[in-house]
Amino acid sequence: MSKKLMNKKDLDRALTRMAHEIIEKNKGTSRLCLIGIQRGGVYLAQRLAAKIQEIEKKEIPVGSLDIALYRDDLNIRKQQPVVRRTEVPFAVNDLKIVLVDDVLFTGRSIRSAMDALMDIGRPASIQLAVLIDRGHRELPIKADYVGKNIPTSLRETVEVQMEEEGVEDGVTIRKSESVEGKGAE
Amino acid sequence: MRIHIQNGRIIDPSQGLNTIGDILIEDGKIKEVRETISPHPPLDKRGRRGGDSPDTRIIDARDMIVIPGLVDMHVHLREPGFEHKETIKTGTMAAVKGGFTTVCCMPNTFPVNDNASVTEFIKRKASQEGYCAVLPIGAITKGQKGEELAEIGTMRKEGCVAFSDDGQPVMNSLIMRRALEYSKAFNVPVISHSEDLSLSEGGVMNEGLLSVTLGLRGSPAEAEQIMIFRDIVLAELTGGKLHIAHVSTKGSVDVIRNAKKRGVHVTAETCPHYFSITEDAVKGYDTNAKVNPPLRTAQDVEAIKDGLRDGTIDVIATDHAPHHRDEKLREFDMAPSGISGLETAFSLSMRLVGSHILTFSQLIEKMALNPARILQIDKGTLGVGSDADVVIIDEKKEYTVESQKFISKGKNTPFNGWGLRGMPVITIYKGKVYEW
Amino acid sequence: MLNNKDLLGIKELSVQEINLILDTAAGFKDVLGRDIKKVPALRGKTTVNLFFEPSTRTRTSFELAAKRLSTDVINFSVPTSSVVKGESLIDTALTVQALGADFIIIRHASSGVPHLLAKNLNASVINAGDGTNEHPTQALLDAFTIQEKKRKIAGLEIAIVGDIMHSRVAKSNIYCLTALGARVRLIGPPTLIPENLKAMGVSLFHNMEDGLRGVDVLIMLRIQMERQGKGFFPSTDEYSKNWGLTPERLCLAKEDVIVMHPGPMNRGIEIVSEIADGPRSVILEQVTNGIAVRMSVMYLLSGVKR
Repeated sequence: MSKKLMNKKDLDRALTRMAHEIIEKNKGTSRLCLIGIQRGGVYLAQRLAAKIQEIEKKEIPVGSLDIALYRDDLNIRKQQPVVRRTEVPFAVNDLKIVLVDDVLFTGRSIRSAMDALMDIGRPASIQLAVLIDRGHRELPIKADYVGKNIPTSLRETVEVQMEEEGVEDGVTIRKSESVEGKGAE
Repeated sequence: MRIHIQNGRIIDPSQGLNTIGDILIEDGKIKEVRETISPHPPLDKRGRRGGDSPDTRIIDARDMIVIPGLVDMHVHLREPGFEHKETIKTGTMAAVKGGFTTVCCMPNTFPVNDNASVTEFIKRKASQEGYCAVLPIGAITKGQKGEELAEIGTMRKEGCVAFSDDGQPVMNSLIMRRALEYSKAFNVPVISHSEDLSLSEGGVMNEGLLSVTLGLRGSPAEAEQIMIFRDIVLAELTGGKLHIAHVSTKGSVDVIRNAKKRGVHVTAETCPHYFSITEDAVKGYDTNAKVNPPLRTAQDVEAIKDGLRDGTIDVIATDHAPHHRDEKLREFDMAPSGISGLETAFSLSMRLVGSHILTFSQLIEKMALNPARILQIDKGTLGVGSDADVVIIDEKKEYTVESQKFISKGKNTPFNGWGLRGMPVITIYKGKVYEW
Repeated sequence: MLNNKDLLGIKELSVQEINLILDTAAGFKDVLGRDIKKVPALRGKTTVNLFFEPSTRTRTSFELAAKRLSTDVINFSVPTSSVVKGESLIDTALTVQALGADFIIIRHASSGVPHLLAKNLNASVINAGDGTNEHPTQALLDAFTIQEKKRKIAGLEIAIVGDIMHSRVAKSNIYCLTALGARVRLIGPPTLIPENLKAMGVSLFHNMEDGLRGVDVLIMLRIQMERQGKGFFPSTDEYSKNWGLTPERLCLAKEDVIVMHPGPMNRGIEIVSEIADGPRSVILEQVTNGIAVRMSVMYLLSGVKR
């Protein structure tokens, strides 16, 4: 049983607002870059970068980051996480990185992403942009930019669909079979 | 001690018998064999059938098959020298479980049985600890080195029934010629392990696509065939009695068939693994399937069956080759060859009857009568006056092979887990009853 | 997901498993391009290199792969001799497992040894070369290299040249490349190419020029000097005249052919320096890719539940 929380227009408006917020908080785009976390954050990062370019007329670098190898649950998962590409074709030292993910939940993915980033270089700062914050943090992680706050129960799953994957843009919430389902993939 | 086996189906090819009947045994000899006129002869006034005295052991063999004790003319008992693999005691115990009442042990012991004192040792041990008859086979050459003839005459007197360098071929044709000539004086067969070592060259399995894909050195079928051909030609030349051990290939069967047509005095044996499994058993590097000659292809298996059916192959022997577990639990290249076969031979051979390759009577010929004739011993028969070596078979009994439960010290078999049908349930050796 | 806790050979892998290993290796190659070439994924695990045959390149490649995954690495170099009586193979392996090995990388002169260990140990056993059977990680890194350069493997004409009979690398390559849909040719003297390999769907060539026409990928094998003494070919000179790779022969292949070699090379015998160091050679990239592929194998094996 699933319910649609955001449709294509809602999503687009949220992204537009987040783009403006990112530009405002960083006082422009100087030394700014976006890195999307595999898989959910990659297309979102690309869209945000496009919107920022539209607004400021400046292109900012976009990359993608795979966190599978930095997860803290490799020993206990039933199935191993798929290892995807990490493409950060620019030096991250002294840059302001905005990490982008689709859903912020326990915060463990973000912790993994920060460790991965540290092994790539030494950014000037790391900020976090997420489309959905669904609560239930297990680590002291907070998003700087949020598309929508959605309180959820542990029995629910939140999914973000994107056109780039062949489905219409949207965000749905579903009751899952069991309480787990915290692993994103 | 008297035994009365009642109502079994007696199959004895030496007498052309295949009938429901009774066998009476007294003092370790067969006293009487009689057909039953009616299934239940009348009770006498003491409530016993057919005049049995009170101290007679009655064995009800209804629905069972009664055959002469089997004769295995190719086993390795490993004593003296390799007692960790097997002893005369454990080997003969395993033999009896498998329905064998006579076994012939090969000389590749340590020391090699190439002189009368080792022969005497084996005979003595067997009479003290053996569960069945043990007839030694002496070495053809000293130390089985293939260079000088061993004292065949003296060993014959001491009790060897045949001669072989089994484990090794006699590579030197001159020595093999001499052996075949010399053996005529003592009227004994020369048993040849036919393998051209220069062609087999350290092969550990059959040469073919499988050996290439497993990365194991292969021994080509031709290595066996070429040597059998040589041995047969030498037998023709000398008039000696040649017996070919463990035939495994189609080419070999063809060569032997042609030789017999020409009237050469040659006999041949094969082993149950050569008509039951192929080289595929080696996949996964299972050392239990490592044997020499190696397991061959499906075509070879069919040819062996044809050879049994048309009489080209006279004997089914086990080539029982027990090894210690640690010796087999290692690199395939390094593991010793051999299958512990005494306890599975009969059931595996019964499958030939089930698939109509042989009649039951022909099976008993291959496993009892023919070996006895080749060795010229008074065994393999239920004739009156012969030793009471009798085996009672339950041909319907189904069981699963459990190598860990083998009586033999050697648990090395590729047949572990196989579901088989038909096994001996009672073995009588010279009137002594073994049952389980 | 891989189906078995061990990597014993290409023969034991499905096409899906091969592709999974190659796809995952791409992610690991990204790691190797960074300054910090290490990830914490297998932190706390122990890798033991159990090499019964001497080897520097394969052993160091595995060692690097294991370290870059943050495992602890121990190297056991055991002298080989069939005559030396000492601890049995099984005992050595059980000792290694008792030390806490999670991965055992084994190279041995007898085919089937990794299989024996895998059956008797809980650790993940990775075959680094067993007798003349297989060298699966070499084939996987070769396939990865080909895929990187040519975008695909299915339909390519791939020639393997040299002592196929004694080469575990050749065997693994044959199984891997045919499984992935390539058309494989074997080129070399008749004494070094077993006829029955035809049954695996490969073509056999004894004339180098005929075999090289239209080839997309060339894998050159090392000629072992010991074979000369045993009647497989009369001299290295004759071998090199008939089956050595020269620029003239290379021209018969496709223009964009790539030249590979598992190493170490006998320069001047099976391959001339001009080609080994030339633009068509990807020999050094094979070495880099080797680490990524081995990391991929170890990562994926660690996820197989016992």
